[in-house]
Amino acid sequence: MQKIIDQFADTIRAAAGDNATLLIRSGGTKDFYGNRTANPDGSEGRVLDATAYAGIVDYEPTELVVTARAGTRLADLETELRKRGQMLAFEPPHFGPGATLGGCVAAGLSGPRRASAGAVRDFVLGVRMLDGRGDDLSFGGQVMKNVAGYDVSRLMTGSMGTLGLLLDVSLKVLPLPAAELTLRLPMSEAEAIDRMNLWAGKPLPVSATCFCNGQLTFRLSGAASAVGAARAVLGGEEVAEGGAFWQSVREQTHSFFQPGKQLWRLSIKSTARPLSLPGKQLIEWGGALRWLIADPHDDADTDAVRTAIRNTAKDAGGHATLFRSDGPCAAVFHPLPPALMNISRRLKEKFDPMHIFNPGRMYPEI
Amino acid sequence: MNSLELVTRLRTFLPSEAVLHEKEDLRPYECDGLSAYRQTPMIVVLPQTEDEVAQILRICHASKIPVVARGAGTGLSGGALPHAEGVLLSLAKLKCILELDPVARTARVQPGVRNLAISEAAAHHGLYYAPDPSSQIACSIGGNVAENSGGVHCLKYGLTVHNILKLRVLTIEGEALEIGGGGLDAAGYDLLALMTGSEGMLGIVTEVTVKLTPRPEKAQVVLAAFDDIRKAGDAVANVIAAGIIPAGMEMMDKITTRAVEEYIHAGYNLDAAAILLCESDGAAEEVAEEIQRVNEIMMQSGAIEIRTSRDEAERLRFWAGRKAAFPAAGRVSPDYYCMDGTIPRKNLALVLSGIEALSAEYGLRCMNVFHAGDGNLHPLILYDANRPGELELTEEFGAKILQMCIQAGGTITGEHGVGIEKINQMCSQFKTGELEMFHAVKAAFDSDGLLNPGKAVPTLRRCAEHGAMHVHRGEEKFPELPRF
Repeated sequence: MQKIIDQFADTIRAAAGDNATLLIRSGGTKDFYGNRTANPDGSEGRVLDATAYAGIVDYEPTELVVTARAGTRLADLETELRKRGQMLAFEPPHFGPGATLGGCVAAGLSGPRRASAGAVRDFVLGVRMLDGRGDDLSFGGQVMKNVAGYDVSRLMTGSMGTLGLLLDVSLKVLPLPAAELTLRLPMSEAEAIDRMNLWAGKPLPVSATCFCNGQLTFRLSGAASAVGAARAVLGGEEVAEGGAFWQSVREQTHSFFQPGKQLWRLSIKSTARPLSLPGKQLIEWGGALRWLIADPHDDADTDAVRTAIRNTAKDAGGHATLFRSDGPCAAVFHPLPPALMNISRRLKEKFDPMHIFNPGRMYPEI
Repeated sequence: MNSLELVTRLRTFLPSEAVLHEKEDLRPYECDGLSAYRQTPMIVVLPQTEDEVAQILRICHASKIPVVARGAGTGLSGGALPHAEGVLLSLAKLKCILELDPVARTARVQPGVRNLAISEAAAHHGLYYAPDPSSQIACSIGGNVAENSGGVHCLKYGLTVHNILKLRVLTIEGEALEIGGGGLDAAGYDLLALMTGSEGMLGIVTEVTVKLTPRPEKAQVVLAAFDDIRKAGDAVANVIAAGIIPAGMEMMDKITTRAVEEYIHAGYNLDAAAILLCESDGAAEEVAEEIQRVNEIMMQSGAIEIRTSRDEAERLRFWAGRKAAFPAAGRVSPDYYCMDGTIPRKNLALVLSGIEALSAEYGLRCMNVFHAGDGNLHPLILYDANRPGELELTEEFGAKILQMCIQAGGTITGEHGVGIEKINQMCSQFKTGELEMFHAVKAAFDSDGLLNPGKAVPTLRRCAEHGAMHVHRGEEKFPELPRF
């Protein structure tokens, strides 16, 4: 495996020497996500295929920690965990069979269990990476509590490959719940928002929520007795194929997510009232995540629509991402205030001084 | 600018009692919870508003004066040790709870608010702030952010980094940054995580929005005694293997058990080589089910005695002993030095037998208390500073324990921070390239290196020269605080 790392480092140094850029890619399942990367002259960057560096390095179920190489398929990793009764509690979306651990961490996306269990960044304990000089660096570790040095591991999470190439990632894992039950109640959007927030303020084993088409679907997870007791309190009709339902929300195969349309992701305060924006919405994470299929009129000014969506998210305490669109886009992520952009730019300079990695994938400046 | 000029300048916008420069006024600020390190600052400022903090920073930045932030000063690694030519910036007067939203389950507070005060304010909504460092009655939330503080419940409920949503931070230039947001994530790099645990090196936190957690319906604890510390370690692994994430899982060795039992009378088994406390919380049905399973696992793991708390009073009594471990060490020894390594739990027996061997080699007793769920080990080396040479031996012993933690795949600090205390051990844990990157991250926020200079990350030169370790005794500055 060291040979592969050496090859990666050579590729990085060669790119630096040639003034070229690298597009880090493994399964390509998240190619759609983020801005299109480009060289300053508009040409495509070289692809750095990270899939070869794969495999689980260390997994000790009783330590609740797994360390795997970034090219490891997410599906393989989750299968190994499941064999030992454990899981990635943040339920990362795969968006295709080729999804890898590296892509999952770089994209920083989490699924239905996020509001109750935490996000991918909450489970990352350590990373080994190559920076823009091709230097092999390790941060964090394989233990839950570690305050030695700045938390570079979490900084790497969700950085869209703009700061370095991930090699190994250590993650905290959790046991699979003993029992799970999915229930459904009809109600209005406003009622659903109230209900989800009310539940989250009580010691209830609610592990996922989804409001769509006048139905609040929710999942209870935990000890069988606790799930049973909560069901008696919360009510609702049992959804027979609960697992499949959450899988469809996680992977965006649910009928709400129509391909070919603009899909916005608004991450906002959970208590924000129903958002008045043109299009359909699906709510997750106890109200804190609102998916919007934007449906502007044909003659609508697209810039005005975007501005309205961004402002709505900002007013609701959060931010909006153009998660999927019909064509390449250069402004996927919510604009950063100048002070934060300055710091982000300086961090980019430190990790990747030659701007080799995924230039522009997050923001044009980084 | 000399100190009198600076005082005059600061008093143009701060009341005179908020700018301290007389020797006797500076003395209370010369150390934090790690009192072996002392340094009088040039001046101390006690601003009351964010705007005052910003003005202080702008002046210091313009005149290249170092700034060391301080909350309640309970830290155990000397992170708030003042700088001789610098300003000690106390945030203790910024202590308002600005907003508490019981529906959204958040609280927006100033950095000087005490950790426990947040839970107290949220209590009547059935909510609390989950991280519970042992000093929680005194320590401030700003300091918790700086150290990424944990507590005995962090395996299940997370550290500070998992329980905050947003920060307002002033840069050394006095510019305000809003990091994080009202949702569960924010656009751009995860600067919220980067700020958390950065030991006052990157910016000054002026506001923290924390997540509040619903208070569990019930909590119950199992107290199990083992005749072999390995069996206790296996019992912990067996609990986890059974798919249980305990709310708390704590271990004490025999010498600790005896020391605390004499002091607290918690009813611990004095013949035990190790005592394990395993707490379950949640819905009543869930707790009942989990406690039943924990009992079975303890029995199968070879416990010689198992007791389950029958009521809240008994639960607190079982915990009282564990929480009194540090003061108990102070009772059985004139001095003790607290270490803070974290190891993969599977290496517990290895590390403990290593500590035992070192204990014999150095002729110094060592009590071991262990956050067993998350692998965070606190060996307490007992010594007498009045005996010539014993402090030096203690330092050497401690350094070897940290070295052993690194070799066992762990880290030199689980929750106390690097500060000034463990700065030399950073040279062992990280390679040159990583230390250089830490300096680069610091420079991205504070290019002149004015915020808390000399802490947390050693210079490469220091690492090159680092031969003798300068680790001092962990004399307790706050003897009244529980330390666990």
